[in-house]
Amino acid sequence: MTAGSESALGGGLPAGGAMRVMGSETEYGIHAPAAPGANATMMSARVVQAYAQVTRLRAAGGAETRWDYTDEEPLHDARGWTLERGQAHPSQLTDQPPVLDAEAVALAYGREELELDGEDESGSLLMNMVLGNGARLYVDHAHPEYSSPEVTNPAAAVAWDAAGDLVGLAAVRRLASDTELPAVNLYKNNTDNKSVSYGSHENYLMPRSVPFGDIVRGLTPFFVSRQIICGSGRVGMGQDSSRPGYQISQRADFFEAEVGLETTIRRPIINTRDEPHATADKYRRLHVIIGDANLSQVSNYLKFGTTAMVLSLIEAGLAPRIEVHEPVGALQAISHDTTLTTRIRLLDGRRVTALDLQWMYHEAAAKLAQDTGVSDAVDGDGHTHAVLERWATTLTQLDSDRAAAATSVEWLAKLSILEGYRQRDGLQWDDARLGLVDLQWADLRPEKGLYYRLLSRNRMQRIVDDADIAAAVTEPPSDTRAYFRGRCVSSFSKDVVGASWDSVIFDVPGYGRLQRVPTREPLRGTKALTGGLFSRHREAGPFLAELLGSAPAPPQA
Amino acid sequence: MGDWMKEKDMAGQEQQQPQPRDTEVEEEVPAPPEPAEGQASASTQGVDDLLDEIDGVLESNAEEFVRAFVQKGGQ
Repeated sequence: MTAGSESALGGGLPAGGAMRVMGSETEYGIHAPAAPGANATMMSARVVQAYAQVTRLRAAGGAETRWDYTDEEPLHDARGWTLERGQAHPSQLTDQPPVLDAEAVALAYGREELELDGEDESGSLLMNMVLGNGARLYVDHAHPEYSSPEVTNPAAAVAWDAAGDLVGLAAVRRLASDTELPAVNLYKNNTDNKSVSYGSHENYLMPRSVPFGDIVRGLTPFFVSRQIICGSGRVGMGQDSSRPGYQISQRADFFEAEVGLETTIRRPIINTRDEPHATADKYRRLHVIIGDANLSQVSNYLKFGTTAMVLSLIEAGLAPRIEVHEPVGALQAISHDTTLTTRIRLLDGRRVTALDLQWMYHEAAAKLAQDTGVSDAVDGDGHTHAVLERWATTLTQLDSDRAAAATSVEWLAKLSILEGYRQRDGLQWDDARLGLVDLQWADLRPEKGLYYRLLSRNRMQRIVDDADIAAAVTEPPSDTRAYFRGRCVSSFSKDVVGASWDSVIFDVPGYGRLQRVPTREPLRGTKALTGGLFSRHREAGPFLAELLGSAPAPPQA
Repeated sequence: MGDWMKEKDMAGQEQQQPQPRDTEVEEEVPAPPEPAEGQASASTQGVDDLLDEIDGVLESNAEEFVRAFVQKGGQ
């Protein structure tokens, strides 16, 4: 399946390169410095609640809606079976809405009575929202999570992921103005450095026809090595940071298996959760859990762009034939060596560096992209050429010009500050100030977050303009079903009672029952297909009538 | 210089501004793995400047702040 063949993904996107339906899922670290023992689930609910208040201020009537859990299938394994509920870890049961009432809220803060102005009619806190940009904002275990809308290319992935950071920031600001309860900070990182890790996931749509074994073989050497371009850097070695030092990845030390369904325990390099959130016999939604959360736009861009290209290689049957000996150990050995000289063993006996592995993938990806025509600078798909160039530049700089690489590669940018402190103040790696630099790197507040301090000094490169990120907070991508979802939420919020990745549910006066509009094709519901519908209707009833092809006047109940 | 330079800590006291160090503390710290001495010195001025700014931004009690950042498990 090469040479200009159409992608199976709805027939819309050029195959062979970096374009693909994809999205990000970021769990933020959450902390109230004035109330260190505060219940994390409770604080996370306050974040969601605060953002609901922000959107209500922004658009009268609100621009958020509830999540529809109907199609959540967290126990479906891509290898072809379903885990029994009774055998699942409680944290895997993500298909049931969490319940948190005012009493639990009060208890969490050790108070008996508490005024909750954001409380809804049923007395429970909003734990789950769909946003006008098509994203989902919700409480996942003990963290607020932003799941970006589906996008089709890595630059858009950067924009809508960074929009999530602005959503979090807006909630932080709102909570800071609350005089009753302590302020809450959010951190875009992946560990508390005390043995706990939380995820930053990616999802990629693939044709279900690709055998899962091919995905495991093709991706594992890539995932073991891609951290050198998209690791976020971490002070401390080992899950509990018991050994002093600095490593490339936030997540590497928390991985213990090669393949598996779990995401919270025995974390696997390749995750097999199989919730397509789309037509199940056509698509698989590959759930990637090994990445670090990225603030660096270039690291984030390369994380999505190169992974999308490697998936194209796997679909074409052209992934490099490489097998890494003991991948979990190799992943950690690479993370622990900031000189990038560590050689890991391949099953064929070769010993290669992470840079070598990345170049092998780059070479194969460049060839496929050339053969399919998608990387042509003029007639290509408009994305793959830039990803290949940026990938090669970054690998070259990592090898020979690390000062240049530090303006784009997140772990090196963070390391440049840490080394500055070590040299100026003679700090050892176990000094608390270095731990604070690591933590505060990821603070979402631009006046506090050290990444943002570097960005404001133009020491970090941008992939997308600030204005585009700001727009992505409220606007959905135009070229996926997220457009339909987001516009329904922002245009008809009082009549939309629920939404999920593959549905929008209306409760329109005059209709006797709820109207569930399925959106199972990720490349439909685009602006091109539905933009006219939204511009023609201000009211949900006539909108729905035209969409569903019934008479303009809704039937009486 | 924004308002955040005057941010108060949770005890309500003015944040301690660490004094900029103008003397390089040379001690037996193991050499950093990066071999790029030349590049480092080329941008030393910028780094010093940056560190001075970060000094004013960092939370005041590093030890306590880092210790208190405890998360519950996630995915």
